[in-house]
Amino acid sequence: MNLKFPILRVVTKLLIPYIILFAFYVQFHGDYGPGGGFQAGVILAAAFILYTLVFGLRSGLRVARPAVIETLMPLGVLIFGGTGILTLLAGGNYLQFDVLDHHFGGGLLPAGEHLGMFLIEFGVGVTVASVMISIFFCFSGRERSS
Amino acid sequence: MLENELFIVIPLLFLLACTAVTVARMRDLWAAVMLTGIYSFLGAGWMLVLDAPDVAFTEAAVGAGVSTVLMLGTLALTSRTAKPPKRFPWHALIIVTITGSTLIYGIHDLPDFGDPQAPIHQYPKPGYVELEIAKGEPHHDNADQHASAEEPHSEAGSDAAAGHDESDGEDHHGNTPNVVTVVLASYRGFDTLGETSVIFTAGIAVLLLLRGRPQESSQP
Repeated sequence: MNLKFPILRVVTKLLIPYIILFAFYVQFHGDYGPGGGFQAGVILAAAFILYTLVFGLRSGLRVARPAVIETLMPLGVLIFGGTGILTLLAGGNYLQFDVLDHHFGGGLLPAGEHLGMFLIEFGVGVTVASVMISIFFCFSGRERSS
Repeated sequence: MLENELFIVIPLLFLLACTAVTVARMRDLWAAVMLTGIYSFLGAGWMLVLDAPDVAFTEAAVGAGVSTVLMLGTLALTSRTAKPPKRFPWHALIIVTITGSTLIYGIHDLPDFGDPQAPIHQYPKPGYVELEIAKGEPHHDNADQHASAEEPHSEAGSDAAAGHDESDGEDHHGNTPNVVTVVLASYRGFDTLGETSVIFTAGIAVLLLLRGRPQESSQP
């Protein structure tokens, strides 16, 4: 579908940056407003899914390479679990975030509980986005068997 | 719930019921998938009316967005219409009736909507939520400290607050006003770790089951 549906293609190209921006907003503003890692991951995946739906699976696979996506899937869980290890190393219990307190950045950087939540939400977002994208690629890559 | 919200909630629930019945009666699977998307959007709207924007978010993104696309992807691999059933599914009707009446019977044990004594408003203990909300307003804390330093009258109050904090045994640093995120990420951190692992496992399972390339799958 190279020259078909020009309106759809242009509107999609206009929409995708805002969808991705909104995903990042939901991800990093989830500590203050509604949202969080799960929702942000799904919205980010929706941007890639929309791109693939309009421009075809081949261009979708070129943008979101399966090797990268499949590396990000465990990476998110590792970020989550690694935050727990970090709190263990800092002298607390597993996922006890208040030991992550620090005094750099003059209160602008997240510290303590906030930092812990920031990190694990980021891990959740990475895993959810990559899992959703790769499940979609799996489904749309299948051929009709009959 | 405000009285005015009933004018939104009742039509929403009516439309939800209509959509559910239509999906159940429909033989055209493509239209059924679209209607399940509409069902999710109506559910998201209802959750928003109930002041649960986080749930509404998830419902709109997952229920209406991603799962609709996945269902359409599945439809591309199968037929577009469901086969008509050979005979009336009596056993299904009986099971659904029993389950539905059990659920309706169970409603009597639920607390009233918005009842402050309901278990969900008692656990995690209200002090925890107040603590989390208070952290989001650092200026407020400072003002209180100034006031207690200036006025001896309020010392009793600030002592009580301090004792309350100590009895909590957990002084949380950092300010995160969204209580939902706090509960999910901090109070129930292990839960969320489990959920993330479940999503990861599901992704791995789908990859293992479906990723076989056509050439590879035709060889054995």
